[in-house]
Amino acid sequence: MILTYIETRDNKIKKASLEALSEAGRMARELKTEATAVVVGTGKDGLATELSSYGASKIYLLENAALDQYSTQDYAAALADLVKKSSPSAVFFSATSMGKDLSPRLAARLGVGAASDCTQVAAKDGQLEFTRPIFAGKALLTFRLTSSPQVVSLRPNVFPLAPAAAAGETIKEGVEVPASPAGARVTEILQERGGEMDVTEADIVISGGRGMKGPENFRLLQEISELIPRSAVGASRSAVDSGWIGHQHQVGQTGKTVSPNLYLAFGISGAIQHLAGMSSSKVIVAVNKDPDASIFKLADFGVVGDLFQVIPPLKEELKKLRC
Amino acid sequence: MNILVFVKRVPDTESKIKISQETTSIVEEGLNFVLSPYDEYAMEEALRIRESKGGKVVAVAVGRDESLVILKKCLAMGADEAVLVKDPLPESYDGLRTARIIARLVQAKFPDAKLLIFGKQSVGADNSQVPSMVAEFLGIGQANVVVKLEVEGETATALREVEGAQEKVSLTFPAVVSAQKGLNEPRYETLKGIMMARKKEIPIVTIEELGLKPDELASRVAIVRMDLPPSRQAGRVVTGPPEETARQLADYLHNEAKVI
Repeated sequence: MILTYIETRDNKIKKASLEALSEAGRMARELKTEATAVVVGTGKDGLATELSSYGASKIYLLENAALDQYSTQDYAAALADLVKKSSPSAVFFSATSMGKDLSPRLAARLGVGAASDCTQVAAKDGQLEFTRPIFAGKALLTFRLTSSPQVVSLRPNVFPLAPAAAAGETIKEGVEVPASPAGARVTEILQERGGEMDVTEADIVISGGRGMKGPENFRLLQEISELIPRSAVGASRSAVDSGWIGHQHQVGQTGKTVSPNLYLAFGISGAIQHLAGMSSSKVIVAVNKDPDASIFKLADFGVVGDLFQVIPPLKEELKKLRC
Repeated sequence: MNILVFVKRVPDTESKIKISQETTSIVEEGLNFVLSPYDEYAMEEALRIRESKGGKVVAVAVGRDESLVILKKCLAMGADEAVLVKDPLPESYDGLRTARIIARLVQAKFPDAKLLIFGKQSVGADNSQVPSMVAEFLGIGQANVVVKLEVEGETATALREVEGAQEKVSLTFPAVVSAQKGLNEPRYETLKGIMMARKKEIPIVTIEELGLKPDELASRVAIVRMDLPPSRQAGRVVTGPPEETARQLADYLHNEAKVI
């Protein structure tokens, strides 16, 4: 059995969790076993229908009001108990902020190795084989885990959604939460401007680099983003280090690694540490006035020109496409 | 307050990575190795806490003798002490193994450490596993990917970056924190610091001393192969009046790539 941890925010299932469940379903079919899902916290009964429509044959609800607010320690303990009871061969997470925080803690609690931020999973000779980018994507590591159960996190935006009907039997499991407070507890969630989409979750990333010339011009990219659903504004390291935009927007080796459907690079020359963070994007488009910029070597479509002159007519074209 | 900072030696981010298929590892020759960028934020934060609250900062690396160079850098930045846990194994990409070594070191040599600060990931293995695993082995709380940390007595409040938001985490010491870019602006070493660092001895702890069992030291990661990512072909490049190139670009996105 492959168990997938389902992350929710405001009682909605994260798309990245459905991607992980979809991949768990694919692997479960190849290994001739079943895919199941687990949700932590109270009031999650309503999510079962959606999870069964993505192939979960069983949905475990770990209900305890003490788990309504996230605590890595208590969540890892609750999941470890479920793993001991239900004996999955693998536990899948999405490598979101929570998945990256929680999955290694669960692995350590179980005393097993973990495969983090995988971009490919294959079933070979009845075993799972993982591929993950290392050096921010400058190389790919393919490996197996020699311990069981296998704790795995999957990079968001990489694995396709696969709706599949399944029984979706709901199983409520009582969870004990230690009375002594955990050493760490989330007390509050501070939303950034309207909870804007993160570059790692966006389908389309619109990035600016040194060619943006100043912080005020990132407004232009924001305006393009407003025309495109599920898009987010990214930036190169030099733009971030110049203080033009917050570091949470940075794409590259000391920022985030993204694999959107479309990466639009404005005024980004293409330093190696930037390319590492975005070269797995499905389509790359670059606008740069330097015809020799390295970004053109990997862009699917390039425009040699001044971005300040290209953006206004481009916005008009995009508006036309929206209608 | 005693603070441990865990640091790793990695190729700098401008490095072009080459692979040796014989050893299924990266070719180290010709690479410039540095203190992992996120570990610099960890070091800086530890120094700032010491400056305001007092105590001692100890930098710890697990690795081969080559890691002494980055420990010297930590001393030059201002760490009071540095320790090398000598691990003869090359990079295993297995966070569990490293976390076991670190947890055992903390229990054996630094039982009074209040705060364990890491970089949020090493630049290279990119696993983001070790801080959480160490916290679990020691049974203490954790806050990863932290962009702000405020220490108050035996507790701290951390802001941790999540998608499109920040989580406020309340920590009780001892605790594990991993540093994200934005936490602070790391200082440069001073000439005086470099001179002082030269004089400081860096004690070496061997794996054997820590009494880990062979099974605990075995890697859980069995490498099958290492590859370079598929190379991308340069596509079409257009030039001309902005209205025209903008139209061509929109046409490409909508009709050819079908992404908009």
